Amino acid sequence: MHPMSLQQRIEKAGNEGRIALIPFITAGFPEPESFVRIVRELDASGADIIEIGVPFSDPVADGPVVEEASRRALAAGVDLDWTLRQLADLQLEAGLVLMGYYNPFLQYGLERLAQDAAGAGVQGCIVPDLPLDEDGPLRTALVPHKLDLIALVGPNTDDERMRAYAAVASGYVYAVSVMGTTGVRRELPMEAAQTVRRARAVFSLPVALGFGIHRPEQILAMSTPPHAVVFGSALLRHLAAGGTAGEFMEPWTKRAF
Amino acid sequence: MKKGRFGDFGGQFVPELLMPPLWELERACETIFSSPAFQQELTGLLRDFAGRPTPLTRCDTLSQELGFSLWLKREDLVHTGAHKMNNTLGQALLAKHMGKRKLIAETGAGQHGVATAAAAAKLGMACTIYMGAVDVQRQASNVSRMKLFGAELVPVDSGTRTLKDAINEALRAWIVEQADTHYCFGTAAGPHPFPTLVRDLQTVIGRETREQAVRQFSRLPDAVLACVGGGSNAIGMFHPFASDPEAAKVRLIGIEAGGTGEPGCYNSAPLNLGSPGVLHGQFSMLLQTGDGQIEPSHSVSAGLDYPGVGPEHAWLHSTGRAEYHVVTDASALRAFEILSRREGIIPALESSHALAFVLDKPSAFAEGSHVVVNLSGRGDKDLDIASKHLSLLQGDAACTP
Ligand SMILES: Cc1ncc(COP(=O)(O)O)c(C=O)c1O
Repeated sequence: MHPMSLQQRIEKAGNEGRIALIPFITAGFPEPESFVRIVRELDASGADIIEIGVPFSDPVADGPVVEEASRRALAAGVDLDWTLRQLADLQLEAGLVLMGYYNPFLQYGLERLAQDAAGAGVQGCIVPDLPLDEDGPLRTALVPHKLDLIALVGPNTDDERMRAYAAVASGYVYAVSVMGTTGVRRELPMEAAQTVRRARAVFSLPVALGFGIHRPEQILAMSTPPHAVVFGSALLRHLAAGGTAGEFMEPWTKRAF
Repeated sequence: MKKGRFGDFGGQFVPELLMPPLWELERACETIFSSPAFQQELTGLLRDFAGRPTPLTRCDTLSQELGFSLWLKREDLVHTGAHKMNNTLGQALLAKHMGKRKLIAETGAGQHGVATAAAAAKLGMACTIYMGAVDVQRQASNVSRMKLFGAELVPVDSGTRTLKDAINEALRAWIVEQADTHYCFGTAAGPHPFPTLVRDLQTVIGRETREQAVRQFSRLPDAVLACVGGGSNAIGMFHPFASDPEAAKVRLIGIEAGGTGEPGCYNSAPLNLGSPGVLHGQFSMLLQTGDGQIEPSHSVSAGLDYPGVGPEHAWLHSTGRAEYHVVTDASALRAFEILSRREGIIPALESSHALAFVLDKPSAFAEGSHVVVNLSGRGDKDLDIASKHLSLLQGDAACTP
């Protein structure tokens, strides 16, 4: 049986009257030994898709929490090879997406990445420093393996640019909530809701909102909610403080949106 | 060639949120920057504020020993002490015409930070400088100069806490502040249009050198040399020669920093010792591990201490139009001392690398030829570092030869 596509996974949540949940965790976090257990826990506690961060020495789109997680992972010897090996035999309910900066992917080899990632059950990639104008080579490598290259759009992405992405995008659309980097924010700015509304109007794909998300109330206030939410820094912080993945997911799964 | 590309090198590898400010800058380059009125205003500032044109000085003593004429392009005499001001005045003026009220910049040694802060002060703009926490410690006097010019200084505590991390932090800040802020990038690297914009602002070095060569020794130089960190002083010197078929015989020689020099040591020589990859918005040559993590760099000269290099140099290297060599810390320190003693000029440790190649390998140049070294900056800022290495400057030994 074919696994559901990323798009289908989010649509299924919508059909069940839920917002799809997409936790992000850096590979090898908090320790390489406990990483797989935590991924399994996220899977068991209601994640629809899990984004796995591939550590990089110079993560320009990330705030301090993800950067620190990345630094720790690198210090522990985590790399793309290791990450894909951990993911290979997991047999998760949730879909898997690799989120990483371009250079480690480029050095691994784009063809080889597509093949090995698909082999490990990965269904898509997000590359925060690879805008539309530069993503041709990676997109070409991913297509034969049916991997989605997830488009990122933000408050300053105008409708015309969104349409250019929409022409090639697949999977889902990642809407960046703020003019900034990843990291926990108390309140989402007004522009987050506008970005979601515009992205929903332009794309026929589901829209996931990320950056700064940590509690359901942030989303409840939105008149046009996203189809999915991504949380990274808040989850990493919770785990680093000794909390469990299950505890973190609970307020999100208990809640009807 | 594709827009923003030099052969395969260059590009715009940045988060989508940075594309709109890069487009805005591209448009400003095409409209404001290329207008005669802007160029005239900039020329006035470079003359009256920065002190251009800078002389082309013959090293009479050294030339006699070497058997060929050694000339120095005197960027050390530009206001604030390095070629960096050619770039920052241009970008600050452009930003002001774009309606921006604030400049942000990264700095390693502090030279670009000082030049940005001075330009901001001159043009009445706000200024924030991002500097690795390690560099803040190493370069205390430049920190004071920036503060005196009214700049806010942000020490960067992430990663290796040096220049590359300061660039990361400045890029992050630009995402947030792009509406009213220009990122005054410090070298001919980074995402398009910076490599082209910074080059165009630094070509004043090569253009003046050409005119002065013809005036002072009646022909083009046989070779021009420059140190290569990110590559801005070098491309500023090279480009007017590289882009002109009539100058095809002029040798273009870039010098990278080799660090301490033993095999496997940290260095800052990505063209000679690195491999192609993506960092800070560009595809170029990089110091990196096999799995694409950026390696720390090292050089005794903080201004060359960077693991990447501008894409146009990667291209000139690949086509063979320019040649690139490596010079170690020790050689550069020797050249620093020799130029001071023999010619009465204290060169920046960065520029000392280019000079050292000529002094170490005079056989690379024919007798009677004319060789120009771009003296990208003055070395006063380096006295503390030099005094740790040069016996001449240690203790209170009498200053006899
Ligand atoms: C005097 C001097 N020369 C050279 C450089 C290296 O930069 P670039 O390669 O961009 O000229 C610096 C950088 O700080 C500098 O201060």
